[in-house]
Amino acid sequence: MDKRRVVITGMGVLSPLGIGVADNWRRLCAGESGIGLITRFDTTDYPVKIAGEVRGFEPTQWIAKKEVRHMDTFIQYAIAGAAMAVADAGLDHSPPRDRDMFGVYVGAGLGGISTLESTIAALHAKGPRHGISPYFVPAIIVNLAAGQISIRHDARGPNLSHVSACSTGAHSIGEAFRTIERGDADVMIAGGTEATVTPLGVGGFCSSRALSTRNDEPTRASRPFSASRDGFVLSEGCGLLVLEELGHARARGATILAEIVGYGLTADAHHITMPSPGGEGAQRCMKMALRGAGLAPEQIGYINAHGTSTAADAIETQAIRAVFGAHAERLPVSSTKSMHGHLLGAAGGLEAAISVLALRHGILPPTINLDDPDPACDLDYVPHTARHVQCEYVMSNSFGFGGTNAALIFKRVEA
Amino acid sequence: MTTQSIEDKVIAIVCEQLDVKRDDVSPSKTFTEDLGADSLAIVELVLAFEEAFAIKIPDAEVDSIKTVGNAIDYIKQHSGSAS
Repeated sequence: MDKRRVVITGMGVLSPLGIGVADNWRRLCAGESGIGLITRFDTTDYPVKIAGEVRGFEPTQWIAKKEVRHMDTFIQYAIAGAAMAVADAGLDHSPPRDRDMFGVYVGAGLGGISTLESTIAALHAKGPRHGISPYFVPAIIVNLAAGQISIRHDARGPNLSHVSACSTGAHSIGEAFRTIERGDADVMIAGGTEATVTPLGVGGFCSSRALSTRNDEPTRASRPFSASRDGFVLSEGCGLLVLEELGHARARGATILAEIVGYGLTADAHHITMPSPGGEGAQRCMKMALRGAGLAPEQIGYINAHGTSTAADAIETQAIRAVFGAHAERLPVSSTKSMHGHLLGAAGGLEAAISVLALRHGILPPTINLDDPDPACDLDYVPHTARHVQCEYVMSNSFGFGGTNAALIFKRVEA
Repeated sequence: MTTQSIEDKVIAIVCEQLDVKRDDVSPSKTFTEDLGADSLAIVELVLAFEEAFAIKIPDAEVDSIKTVGNAIDYIKQHSGSAS
């Protein structure tokens, strides 16, 4: 029996660039930054005062008023993202054939830390009886993003929340691909969500000296591959795809945005936060995705890099050179984190959506702020401005704390 | 606190917590069937009553508070000193 093929039929995103695919794509193509001063809390005592916040989000647009306070923001973003993805896929009008074959894999890197912070403060102020809401646990645990989506869309199939730091979104999509391929689901909502622009989230990454302190120039702070990069910019949001078995999508008359053909996942087995030398784990991950897709490296036309604006950008560059050889000289690679910042567990989901859009529109979004390329970062990073290039295959990389790596490959589908 | 003000305050809390309209709330309405509260919502409601009226409603008593009227009666009986 032939392998079941898996396609993308819907997308839903929230990021510092906007709410919805259209706003995000327009601003990505225009090379705009969504980074600004933190408004969520008083940053007086913090060395970092900038982040990528989702602006203009009205939870009651998506969620009943009484339920809003029973869930952390990362779950609210997931519910909104899923609603947009489901609508985009036309699943409201032509629903899945079998609800048992409709699943959800949506994860987060950290989960509900904002609610955790406010609850600990209330616990200390009011004691356990009045300080802790009966909704506390379901408000913060990571898998309630997938759980809430399943309840709202009657998705009775596989339901998991993968947790793999900054690779979460990509792993979730890759695992959903495999789940459909092996016949355990026909339709999956998959990706990541995150909302950690909070005192503990920002403070935690400050403490590990991971964040940019370019506070006086927020829009120029995320500068992957540049010599003057000084850390990543923490962002929040959600990126979800609807993945679907090809025959099921055709039978419903769904618009097919792209096909997913490759998925790699490896561990560095090296260090808790630092990548392995030469990006050895990332190399094996990209090779695994190529092997599974049956592709030669030369067939990849664009890479949406992990590219966080940290020292690791040079290591990802080495890994790409090692995997792609001479083709690396002609291979456009961009980090859209230069514009939307680092969405942690949601990053892989958003960047997968951006990769699909790049295929579909024949436009490669740029790496902005690349004014002074690091000599150790010597690929074609599509600097400053978007470029018209029609690719057949694109790769999206995600690498996370713990040395956990993911790579996805998408294939163009004739519109 | 007067009997009437207790009743008004209970109903206001019910409206706020369960996001229901004032006109839909009367003493005979049950929290679960009529007003759509689940077990967690009832816990949250009880805690809101405790804070608003400075009383403690033991878990064993919560099961007997099934209607808005039950809550009003319970609070009238137990909030005498906390006006």
